[in-house]
Amino acid sequence: MALDSKQVLDTQQFKIVGTRPLRPDGIDKVTGKARFGADITAPGMLIGKVLRSPHAHARIKSIDTSAAEAIEGVHAVVTRADFAEITDDDATADVLDNCMAGEKALYDGHAVAAVAASSGHIAKKALKAIKIDYEVLDHVTDVDRAIADGAPVLHEGRADESVPEGSSPNIMARYEFGHGDIDAGLAQADQVIERSYRTEATHQGYIEPHACLAQMSQDGQADLWCCTQGHYMVRNTCAAILGLDQGQLRVTASEIGGGFGGKTTVFLEPVALMLAKKSSRPVKMVMTRSEVLRATGPTASSSVDIRIGMTKDGRITAGFAELRYQGGAYPGSPVEMGSMSAFAPYDLENVKTVGWDVVTNRPKQAAYRAPGAPMAAFAVESAIDELAKGLGLDPLEVRLKNAAREGTKASYGPTYPAIGLEATLRTAKDHPHWTAPLGPNQGRGVACGFWFNFGGDTCVTLNITPDGTVTVSEGNPDIGGSRASMSMMAAEELGIPYNKVRTIVADTGSLGQNEVTDGSRVTFAVGLATIEAARAAKREMCRRVAKVWGIDEDAVEWRDGAVHPTGHNAGSHDPMTLAEIAAIASNTGGPIAGHHEANPEGAGVSFATHMVDTEVDPDTGAVKILRYTVFQDAGKAVHPAYVEGQFQGGATQGIGWALNEEYIYGEDGTLQNAGFLDYRIPVASDLPMIDTVILEIPNPGHPYGVRGVGETSIVPPLAAIANAVSEAAGVRMTDLPMSPPKVLKAMQDK
Amino acid sequence: MVQVTIWGSLARFTDDAREVEVEAENLRQLLDGLAQKYPGLKPQLDRGVSVSIDGKVYNDSWFQPIQPDSEVVLLARLKGG
Repeated sequence: MALDSKQVLDTQQFKIVGTRPLRPDGIDKVTGKARFGADITAPGMLIGKVLRSPHAHARIKSIDTSAAEAIEGVHAVVTRADFAEITDDDATADVLDNCMAGEKALYDGHAVAAVAASSGHIAKKALKAIKIDYEVLDHVTDVDRAIADGAPVLHEGRADESVPEGSSPNIMARYEFGHGDIDAGLAQADQVIERSYRTEATHQGYIEPHACLAQMSQDGQADLWCCTQGHYMVRNTCAAILGLDQGQLRVTASEIGGGFGGKTTVFLEPVALMLAKKSSRPVKMVMTRSEVLRATGPTASSSVDIRIGMTKDGRITAGFAELRYQGGAYPGSPVEMGSMSAFAPYDLENVKTVGWDVVTNRPKQAAYRAPGAPMAAFAVESAIDELAKGLGLDPLEVRLKNAAREGTKASYGPTYPAIGLEATLRTAKDHPHWTAPLGPNQGRGVACGFWFNFGGDTCVTLNITPDGTVTVSEGNPDIGGSRASMSMMAAEELGIPYNKVRTIVADTGSLGQNEVTDGSRVTFAVGLATIEAARAAKREMCRRVAKVWGIDEDAVEWRDGAVHPTGHNAGSHDPMTLAEIAAIASNTGGPIAGHHEANPEGAGVSFATHMVDTEVDPDTGAVKILRYTVFQDAGKAVHPAYVEGQFQGGATQGIGWALNEEYIYGEDGTLQNAGFLDYRIPVASDLPMIDTVILEIPNPGHPYGVRGVGETSIVPPLAAIANAVSEAAGVRMTDLPMSPPKVLKAMQDK
Repeated sequence: MVQVTIWGSLARFTDDAREVEVEAENLRQLLDGLAQKYPGLKPQLDRGVSVSIDGKVYNDSWFQPIQPDSEVVLLARLKGG
């Protein structure tokens, strides 16, 4: 229903942008022809396997690989001793330590050695032959226990300068944002709520496990094929870890089976390159699902305390949140993002957030769609809902009353330009979903969400082929439909049909630096670069035609896919189409191309409101999602079907996070549910069709008004569902996931 | 002079001031000026920050102009997924 209900506030007229052409990767994917990471092969290829720690926390006293190396068919064994230490860059040093443990294994599943052998069977046999002498240490996997007195310490002296002296050594950083006076604001409130909320770590749950193929020649040239959200990041990180020149390592991104932020770092790639270097053979590595869950980054788990004050008429007088996120065994949980985004949807005079970055014996967290924001929104939006209902107020009206607008000083500091939160709330209020009747044991919840979006380094080359078709080369793996979107924007700009443009994802040797596909940046930044590259090509084509016609360049113009004469002195000439210009390119100066290399910044922030109906089974505590509607500002929806898909995907992952997904650790610190049978993500039969309403409040920082859409949609679901379940169950739910036993117990205890 | 709002936990390095002033006409001068005037900020500046200038967020563009009356807010470096 998105197109029928969307508000088009932009006056720009489009012919292709805003339509729904077939996706260019669809046929290959549904017929099995698409080449994912594990589909890449090379002659003479070896199989690489990783030995992983069975302990949550252990000192590695010694590793004996001699027996493994003696096995016939084993070509290389790698441990941390094969890698040079990185002393000038803590972040890259942590990535290396996560890929291959150094002095300590810091979590169950931490890589401690790797083997390359002529078969997977031999590689597994070799792993068993590696002897490791561990000194098992006490461990901690819970964020609050990790900062309690006496907790096992993961790293000594890693806290940054923001952490007050005397704090737990497992606290790595402290952040504080906000303005105003919390105590004064709370004093003005008619009602103050204080609550604590907890969320568990969840995995991005991409269907395609990590996979790569590496080869390295004796002269230091190397090639790597892998599934990733950023092959330039892979190149740069691997080059730093391996001591290679970036220009000597070419990385090609495969088709990608999902990423959601989890493929914005490296896990196998440096190890595969080292095995290839030692063996002088191509080495292929593919993770099992168990390895993906045990050793790649889930998101952080969180523990959040909230204090919010509200007047009887629903005005929020103060908002305070203290957020503790554990990001696994290394610094870098997204708590600063949670702290900045927690109250971002609201216009508050008094607001403060304090965030603590905590380490535990869990895998190093990786980004997950709007990293850090969903947990913060869960706490804030749950508390606002409880306050509103406690005061007998409409929760949507309360949000409207407090909504941030153009000119609002955001809780994280800046003053907002034109934003779309109010539009999403008003559209939600007017939507039939809001007034639809509910049955017994059913409840309705709403929640708002915010995300920043950003730009970053971007290169696009647009080539005009001799027959007048167009190829666009971009450097960002297509995780959300970017090839279709870039083709559409190029076709729109050039005035040619969509099917005359093909967009490819080029390898790292073909374009300059490109930022990772993250931050909802690609349609914004790569789209902007594509438009500028097309405009550069148009300028060149105008110049060529002016020369052919023997008139000044300013006496021609580009219109409707052709160069036309313009002005009184241009003379009479039949327009020349792009195809006609391309056909004589050799005669007029050679091949025609447009480039754009830039670091586009100024991406617009994005807001969403979600509405959900749930039913709780009073006998089992099981929750069923009955109806779900997403209202979100897209700036401009280039391909509305993809935008709807992003909205639906974010909502669906949020449903999993809210209801079922969690990392469960045993007393010994090992992960108990490292497989999709026990780590339960939502499947189609769990879900209703998720309705979407696209709003279009143009971003003035983009030629077509585009904002990012990929991340905001995972921010509101946790709270929206908790608000709905709490209403249905008759008891406030403050811990995620709201699995059946937890909901049943809450109902029994109320 | 440009007035810069810094986030709360950095104020311990600016004599508890949340608003500081530096001489700057662009982003590079702003970051250099902050590090010079408040050396305690340098570790965070070296790790990376984002800067909101009149409501738009910039990460790396050294030569982004800043007007004397611009609203400038230091933000934790944005991350994405």
